[in-house]
Amino acid sequence: MAKIRGSIVVNVEKCKGCEVCMVSCPTGTIAMAKEVNGKGYNYAYPANPELCIGCANCAMVCPDGVITVYKTKI
Amino acid sequence: MEKELRLMKGNEAVAEAAIRAGVDGYFGYPITPQTEIIEYLMEANPAETTGMVVLQAESEVAAINMVYGGAACGKKVMTSSSSPGISLKQEGISYIAGAELPCLIVNVVRGGPGLGTIQPAQSDYFQATKGGGHGDYHLIVLAPASVQEMADFVSLSFELAFKYRNPVMMLSDGAIGQMMEKVYLSPQKERSKTVPEWATTGKPPTRERNIITSLDLDSNRQELFNRKILAKYNEIRENEVRYEEFKCEDAEYLLVAYGTSARVCQKSVQLAREQGIKAGLLRPITLFPFPSKRINELAGKVKGMLSVEMSAGQMVEDVLLAVNGKIPVFHFGRMGGIVTTPEEVVESLKLNFIGG
Amino acid sequence: MVEFSGIKEIIKPENLVYKKTKIMTDNVLSYCPGCGHGTAHRILAEIIDEEGLQSEAIGVSPVGCSVFLYYYLDIDWQEAAHGRAPAVATAIKRLLPDKFVFTYQGDGDLAAIGTAETIHACNRGENILIIFINNGIYGMTGGQMAPTTLPGMKSSTSPYGRDVKTMGNPLKMTDIVASLQGSYYVTRQSVHTPANVKKTKKAIRKAVQYQKLNKGTCLVEIVSNCPSGWKMTPVQANKWMEENMFPFYPLGDLKTPVE
Repeated sequence: MAKIRGSIVVNVEKCKGCEVCMVSCPTGTIAMAKEVNGKGYNYAYPANPELCIGCANCAMVCPDGVITVYKTKI
Repeated sequence: MEKELRLMKGNEAVAEAAIRAGVDGYFGYPITPQTEIIEYLMEANPAETTGMVVLQAESEVAAINMVYGGAACGKKVMTSSSSPGISLKQEGISYIAGAELPCLIVNVVRGGPGLGTIQPAQSDYFQATKGGGHGDYHLIVLAPASVQEMADFVSLSFELAFKYRNPVMMLSDGAIGQMMEKVYLSPQKERSKTVPEWATTGKPPTRERNIITSLDLDSNRQELFNRKILAKYNEIRENEVRYEEFKCEDAEYLLVAYGTSARVCQKSVQLAREQGIKAGLLRPITLFPFPSKRINELAGKVKGMLSVEMSAGQMVEDVLLAVNGKIPVFHFGRMGGIVTTPEEVVESLKLNFIGG
Repeated sequence: MVEFSGIKEIIKPENLVYKKTKIMTDNVLSYCPGCGHGTAHRILAEIIDEEGLQSEAIGVSPVGCSVFLYYYLDIDWQEAAHGRAPAVATAIKRLLPDKFVFTYQGDGDLAAIGTAETIHACNRGENILIIFINNGIYGMTGGQMAPTTLPGMKSSTSPYGRDVKTMGNPLKMTDIVASLQGSYYVTRQSVHTPANVKKTKKAIRKAVQYQKLNKGTCLVEIVSNCPSGWKMTPVQANKWMEENMFPFYPLGDLKTPVE
C-alpha cells in the first residue's frame, strides 16, 4: 500500500518561534530548536522528519508563512 | 459653446457648476447655510445624466473620508459644509493633504465659535489658511465674492487641486451662498477618463502597487516628504496668487477685503471718494497664497491700510506681515453674523487714519 | 542557515503541496509571534490569488497593529484614518463599482471610533467586504481596553479587570451589523487551527463572490489573539481564546443569504 510521506522547509530566519505549528502537527514532526535565529527566536524545525505526512497543517496556521510543504507517495 | 444664463443662489450655482464640470462624486451632510448644495444635487440627480455619485453621509467626518477614498482613486470629488462641520473635517483634510490628494472642500462660513449662528461671517480665515488640521500643510484657498465666482471656482479648484495634488478650499460665506444673482454656466463637460498614475484602481501587471498613505515612521523619509510639500507650497505662492484691484492707482488709503466684505468695500470706496478721501480696494481672490507681494508694493504708495473682515481680525495679521511695518494697518469688522455696512467702513477709515 | 528542510528527496516541485502565495510580499511581518493577523493576511492573500483579483482588489487599511498591511499584500491600498475605513471604501466602491473593495479593521477601529462609519456603511448596504479582527484589546498602542474586551479582562486601562458598571459591557458589533437590512453575509470565524483556517478561507471566498452580486455588505469577524496584550505565549493565548472569547463571541454564521 502506498504511504504518504511529507517534507517541510522552514524559513528559519523569518520564524518567530510562536509554536502554533508544533501544536497543530498531528504526527509530532515539529519541535522548537535549542538554537536561536538572528532575531533571537527559537525557530521551529522538522525534528522528526520521517514522521511528516505533508498534511500542511503547520503551514496553514503559521502567521508568518514561513513553511513550505511537499508530499509524495512511496 | 454657449454659456447658459440663470438666476441662482450661490449654493445652487456651486452644485450646478459641479455637475457641469464633470465632478465624479459629492459627499456631504446638511448644515445651514449650505444645505442647498446637497439638496440641489439630489434633485438634479446627475447619477442619471453624468453618472456622478451624490451621497448624504452620516456625518461630516464620514463625508471627508469618502472624499479621501474617491480622491485616492484619482476621481474629482468634493464635499461642502459650514464652519462647525468644517471643524469636524480637519482630521480628514490633514490626511488628504498628507497623502497629496486632490479635492474640493466648500466652506460656507457662518458665525462662530461653537454652534454660533447661521448668519454669514468670515471668522474661519485662520482655520482655512493657517492649517486647520494638524501638521505642516496648506489648503489652496479661493474666496468667491459673487454667485458667478462660486460657479467658476469649481473648475478652477479642481484644476489647481490636480495640478498640485493638494486639497483646495472654496471659502464662501452665508451671504453669497444664499443670495441670488445672474450666473453664466459653462456647458456640460464629460467626466474625465484619465487615471493619474498614482491612483489606486487595482494593480495591473504593468506597474507596482499604488499605496495612498500619509504615514511614515522613518523620520528621515518623513522630513524629505515635509520638504517636498513645502517646496510645493512655495511653488504655489510663486505662481497662483490671484487678486483684484479697485481704484488703487491713485489711492492714499487701501481697504483689503474678500468675499462679501469686498462687495461692501467697493461701495465704501465710492462713498469715501465722494467725501474727498482717496480710498482703494484690494480684493484677494486667493487667500492662500496670499497676495503679500502686491500688498507690500502698495504699502510703499498708500498711507495706511484697513483690513475689513466679518471677524475679530484674522486676515489683518497677513496684511501686517505683508506690510512689514512700513505703514499703519488696522482692522474693522462686525461679528456674530452681522454684515458690515459701507458707511461703517468709511467711518472706521476716518477714525483710524484721518482723526475722524 | 536560512532554511531547515525535512527529507530532501521529497522536496521537488512536483511534490509541492503548500507554498506561500505570491500576493504576500517578502517583507517580514511586523506582528508579534503567534499573532492571528499574519494568518488572516495570508488567507486573504490566497483568496485574491486564487480568484485572480490582484488587479481588481483595492484594500483599505486601518490604524492599529495592521496599519502597515500595505507592505504585505501586493495590491493597491489606501490607508484610512482611524475608524473611517468603511466611509473610504464606500466612495471607492461607488466610484469604481467593478473593483473588489474591502476594509481590514481591528476592534478599536471598527467598534470604537468607527462605530458610526461601520453601522452606516452596513446600513446603506455598501457592496464591500469588511474584515474585522477582534482580539478584545488595543494592541498597537500597548494593550488598552477595547469595546470588545471581556468583563473582568485586564488591560492597561482596566488594570483591575473590566468593570461593567463603570466601563459598560463588551459591544457585539457583528450582531448589530447582522440586524441591519443592508448586511448580506455576516459570519464569525477564527484562524488559530487548521480547521478554522479552512473555514475562514471559505467564508472570505463566499464574501468575494457575494460582492459580485451587489447584494449588500459582507462582514467576516475573525476572533483572534493578542499574546503581547494578553501577556501569554501564543499557544496559551489560543487556548485562553477558546475558553473565554469563543463563549462570548461564538463562531459561526450570524446571517446567511436566503437563496
